[in-house]
Parts: sequence; structure tokens; C-alpha cells
Amino acid sequence: MNALTFTLKKPLQLSLNCQLLNSTHLADKSPSDIASMLLHYGNSQCRVDEIFEISGDDAQNIFFKNSSHKLDYLGANMASGNMVIEGDAGAYLGYNLKKGEIQCQGNTLAYAACNMVSGLLTIKGNTGDFLGGASAGLRKGMRGGTVIIKGNAGDRVGDQMRRGLILIEGNAGDYCASRMIAGTIGVFGSVGEYACFNMKRGTLLLTKMPKLHMTIQDCGFHTLPFLSLMFKSFAQYKTKFSSIQTLRVQRFVGDAACAGNGEILLILPTK
Amino acid sequence: MLINGVQIDDTFAEAFNMRGTRVIITAQNLKWAYHAANAMTGFATSVIGCGVEAGIERELSADETPDGRPGLSILMFAMGSKVLMQQLETRMGQCILTCPTAAAFAGIESEDRINLGKNLRFFGDGYQTSKLFSNANGMAKRYWRIPVMDGEFLCEETTGMVRAIGGGNFLILATSQPAALAAAEAAIEAMKLIPNVIMPFPGGVVRSGSKVGSKYKTMFASTNDAFCPTLKGVTNTELSPEIESVMEIVIDGLNFEDIAESMRVGIQAICNLGEASGVKRISAGNYGGKLGPHHFKLHEIMGKKAV
Repeated sequence: MNALTFTLKKPLQLSLNCQLLNSTHLADKSPSDIASMLLHYGNSQCRVDEIFEISGDDAQNIFFKNSSHKLDYLGANMASGNMVIEGDAGAYLGYNLKKGEIQCQGNTLAYAACNMVSGLLTIKGNTGDFLGGASAGLRKGMRGGTVIIKGNAGDRVGDQMRRGLILIEGNAGDYCASRMIAGTIGVFGSVGEYACFNMKRGTLLLTKMPKLHMTIQDCGFHTLPFLSLMFKSFAQYKTKFSSIQTLRVQRFVGDAACAGNGEILLILPTK
Repeated sequence: MLINGVQIDDTFAEAFNMRGTRVIITAQNLKWAYHAANAMTGFATSVIGCGVEAGIERELSADETPDGRPGLSILMFAMGSKVLMQQLETRMGQCILTCPTAAAFAGIESEDRINLGKNLRFFGDGYQTSKLFSNANGMAKRYWRIPVMDGEFLCEETTGMVRAIGGGNFLILATSQPAALAAAEAAIEAMKLIPNVIMPFPGGVVRSGSKVGSKYKTMFASTNDAFCPTLKGVTNTELSPEIESVMEIVIDGLNFEDIAESMRVGIQAICNLGEASGVKRISAGNYGGKLGPHHFKLHEIMGKKAV
């Protein structure tokens, strides 16, 4: 069996909702069924084969080629299989991802890993705002799984994040870990202003001192044995975080403005 | 059966079903891991009076422990899961939580789980932190970080609980008390190398073997008079005139095979000392085979090693 491949025929003018094109939804569907499926395109609908050239038949391995940022909801609600996006992705990549792996080789727009439940999402480029956040109206964002960002992330990474792991090798924007409920975010580069704004619980792991607001409290320097377990669990993702060789951190707790007990762990350089 | 001049009785040890668990204790160094583990396995010789039987299984090097620090593996056994849970939580709270630099992790995986740090976390008074880490197989484990005065107490949320066997045993019959003790020590040294078993009594040896029942109504167990050398003339004794001291080694383990193997190496170590050491016989304790479902027959266990 060959991987089921969707190759974008031409650049899109409007956003295309691709949430039906995932391993879970396409399992047991024939090529003709897939070709005739209707996708929301702007405020209308169009057939899959009007937008994509389709080849292959293994719905557990899906490729998007010539992809662009107009493709929204790629991998949404996926509960099995693998998806590789050769190019950029639009908003809501991996929305409500339940299981399986998604790899985007380009950049994405906002709300990647929104409401994600489990699985692994890797973005080799940059991603937009609200990575791992909650969709409108929900009070909990990402609830599990792992997100690896090789590039930079926008504002409000992990907004209302409830569980799971986000590792960003580049920089993150303002309000990183805002309203975070639990889970772990690691940023190897720098973060913008107001990190951990209204954070309740969870861990923001940093390697560079952020500009902190008043309600984040300095709790001093510590050697924390649990970090060895955490770094060991990171090793499988082969990120820059694997290079950290110390258990020595400076710990900040907050956000006191909401009686939060979240933490920033600032990795201290080894002497 | 005679091995190197030591008689092996044609009898068997009778053992019972138990529930068991393993906990890994780590600390800044082995010294403090031992402090924690010794406290946790203290007063845990017999379920009759202690609730659980527990002991240190072996030392763990830094690369064998979850947090990369030196540690010890502890086995704990009880007659039922409820008692095991209660005892584990109490001992974790009083012995591991309190011990400087100590951390605790699950040492055995199974579907049945019992609390390790799940309730202990409330000691953190709201400042406790949970962390869920996945391994490469996608298996996630939850850990609790509880702020304490020396830093943080790290503890896995649960550990596994498995079916186990308790009460494997053998008796060392010798011509003097020093001879019996020296033989017991040699046996324990050899038996410590076998995984999945512990010898829960002090130094691994028990001198007060018991029989079921007593002339006193309130006593469930009383001295095993048939093996008491000072009662040879007044009871239905199992001892010949030259026997002046009897010591017992009791073994709890996670499976039948490892208990049998530990008995074999222990008895063999005694036999290697030879008749001149003062050891005359090896026997075993049983209740006629009517109480415990697991029978460790000495001749079968030692069969391949018989001289």
C-alpha cells in the first residue's frame, strides 16, 4: 500500500477546511468516495478532487504535498495514523488530535494543537498564536499529548493549557503560558512579556531570563531531582532540550494575581 | 538425603498466598537510601504482629533508578491488598517522606495499582505539583513533587501490586547456638543474591519459629515446642539428643521459582560448611499440607545438588 497523498493543484484564494481528510475519517473509504467528499471552501463547498490530486490508498499514512497556509484544520479529530504535511499549514493544525502523529514541515497559522488530547504534533517551522490553546468558548486548552516546535511560536502559547507537553526550540511571544492550568511548556529561546500571566499551575521551563511582571515571585535557586526524570522523558523527541545537563534552576512561582501556583523554572548554566 | 554430611529431611515448607509490591527508594547517596529503607522495612518481620513483611531486596546503581541516583529496592508483602495499601501509605509517610533527600518510585508494573504518593501529596498543603512524564513507548507515569524543608520530595503516584507467596522456610538444626547462627549467616549471604525474594526477620533469621495455636485462648501462635531444644524431654520433640539450637529462615517472594531457588542456594551454602560446622540437619516447617497451597519439598529442591 502507498501513502494516501493529497497534492494541492493550485494556490487557494480562500481557506479550505480539511478536517475530513484524516486517517480516522478516511479509513475504509474507496478512492472514489474520497474524491467526491465535500469540503468547506470559503463560504461554499467543493469536491476533494477539485482541489487535490489524489494518489495512494493507505489512509493510515497521509501526505499533503504542495501544502499552503490556506489549509485549515489539518489532522483535526484524528485518532490514529500518521500525517505529513510537506509545506505550510493553516490554522487549527491538529485540532482535537486524539492519537497518532502529525508532522508539518513548514509554518502554520494560529491555534495549532488547539484542544489537543493526545498524540504527537511536530512543526518544523514557525507557528502562530494560541499554540495549544482552547477554542472559543472552552475553558480548557490542550489536554494531553506532545507538541514540538522547531521554530518560533506566537503569543499566548499554552493559553488555558490543561495537560501535556509543548517544547519550543525557538522563541515564544508575549503572554506565554497565560491562564495555564497544568502541563509543561519548554522554550529554549526567549519569551516575550507577561509570561505566565494569570497562570494557575503547570511549569514553564526557560533557558533565558524573561521580563517578569510584578505578580511572579522569585523562590530562589534549587537543585530539583525531578528534572532528571523530565529531561529523560524529553530525550525521545530529540530536541535542543536534550543538551541540558543540569538540574540547577531558579524557581519563580505565580501568578499571585490569581493565587496561582504555577512555576517558571529557569535553567541555570553549568559552571 | 545427605549433602556433605548434612541430613536433609524428607519434608516440605508450606507457604501461603500473599499480595506483594516493590518500591524503589533513591537518595543523594546509598547511606541515606539505607536510612530510608531500613526505617520503612523496620518492624515488618511477620504479618502476625506487623501487618506486613518487608525487606530490602538489593542495592540499585544510579543507572538502574528512575532519577539517576543510587537506591534500594524494597519488597513488601501482606495477606491482603487492603492491609498492603494501608501499610505502604503509612510507612511511606513516616519513613520515606521524612528521610532527607529520599524519593520513591514504583518498582513493579501490573494492572493492580496501589498508592505510593497519591494521598501523600496532600502533605503539600496545596503547594504540591503533579507531573506526568511519558517514556518512549508512550506510557505515561504521574509523579508528585511535594515541597519539604530540604527541597522537594519526589514520589511516583502508584506502584504495582501482584500476587505473591509468603512463608517459604527451612530450619537449621545444629549442635550449638553459634554453629546454627554461623550457618544461618552463610545461607543469608547466598540467598541475598536471588532476586524477587526477601528474608524479613532480623538479619534474615528467626529463632522463635511458631506453631499454630496455643494453650492460651488469646494466642493465635505460640512457640514451636517440637523444635525447642530445652524441651526435648517434655514434648513430642523433633530433635535428636545432640541438637542444641535450631534457627529458621523464612522467605517471601514474588513467585514460587525464586523462593525455591533461594532455599536451594541457602541450604547448599550451609551444606558447603560441612558436618564439622556443627550443622546436623535441615528441616522445614509445615502444617501437614492442609493450610498453605505452596509446598516447597526439600528433596525436590536439593535433588540436583545431592551428593
